[in-house]
Amino acid sequence: MSKKDMPIEKSHIMMFARSIGDPNPIYYDEDHANDSDVGSIIAPPTFTQASAQFDPDYFLRPKIDGKGWFGSGKEPTGAKKEGSSSGGNGGGAAMGLHAEQHFEYHRPVRPGDILTPETKPGKTWEKDSKRAGKLKFSESVTEFRDQNGELVVTATGVGVQTEKPVEN
Amino acid sequence: MLDKSKINVGDTHSEVVVEDLKRTQIVQYAGASGDYNPLHSDEIFTTKVVGYPSVFAHGMLSMGLTGKMLTNYVGDASLKKFGVRFTNQVWPGDTLTSKATVMSIREENGETLVDLNIETTNQDDVTVITGSAVALAK
Repeated sequence: MSKKDMPIEKSHIMMFARSIGDPNPIYYDEDHANDSDVGSIIAPPTFTQASAQFDPDYFLRPKIDGKGWFGSGKEPTGAKKEGSSSGGNGGGAAMGLHAEQHFEYHRPVRPGDILTPETKPGKTWEKDSKRAGKLKFSESVTEFRDQNGELVVTATGVGVQTEKPVEN
Repeated sequence: MLDKSKINVGDTHSEVVVEDLKRTQIVQYAGASGDYNPLHSDEIFTTKVVGYPSVFAHGMLSMGLTGKMLTNYVGDASLKKFGVRFTNQVWPGDTLTSKATVMSIREENGETLVDLNIETTNQDDVTVITGSAVALAK
């Protein structure tokens, strides 16, 4: 396994389905799933997003020792003031928002699969907006291949860095 | 799976996918997805440091909720594509309704494919997600 490989486990699928409020038994009930046309438990369509769990360096998860995490503790942010404009007060790190997400499904994701994600940067572009100032968009394309090297899901994400919080 | 003899261009399917979204559900999504950005669970950080009125849902939670409506409509393991744009934030207390509209029904490489337009709106009729999907039909 490479260090970011995502082993697909049925308990993780069940927890993910619960978190999106989806009671469909195809996501947790083996008897139902095995008797269905699909033939086994499968993962919900957005499940590969949880591959973040398996990235040891994922920046939106506190490190095991909790150090350097920018969320609140004694202070409203744990980020150290370094006098820089980006992330100096912790706000910078949080200005990234998810703008778009696209999935292409080559086959269903099933328990027992081991998916290897490979991410490549895509296009970048800028736009001015009234609600959030200058917007910097960047695209990334992740191919999830299974243990046999077959393509299972292609996920294209677009992130946006806003100049200021989005006005609502 | 959708039955091509029973659907027509212009058909719609809609569902309320969450009512009065709770902060705890956002925390559940953080735990399941692994995205612990404090913007979604840390009210103090989000209001005092970043300047939003409260924590808000992960875009991918809104997409997951929207996907529930979609798979309920097109059936399990039938999606070929599903893509969205996040057009507005989703806040605790929001009630979301997701709708799929059949845009076209076509044959490609021996398969019947249904193109769908997707939209999720909140209780104030503000669109929070727009998107599209392609589903296999029989």
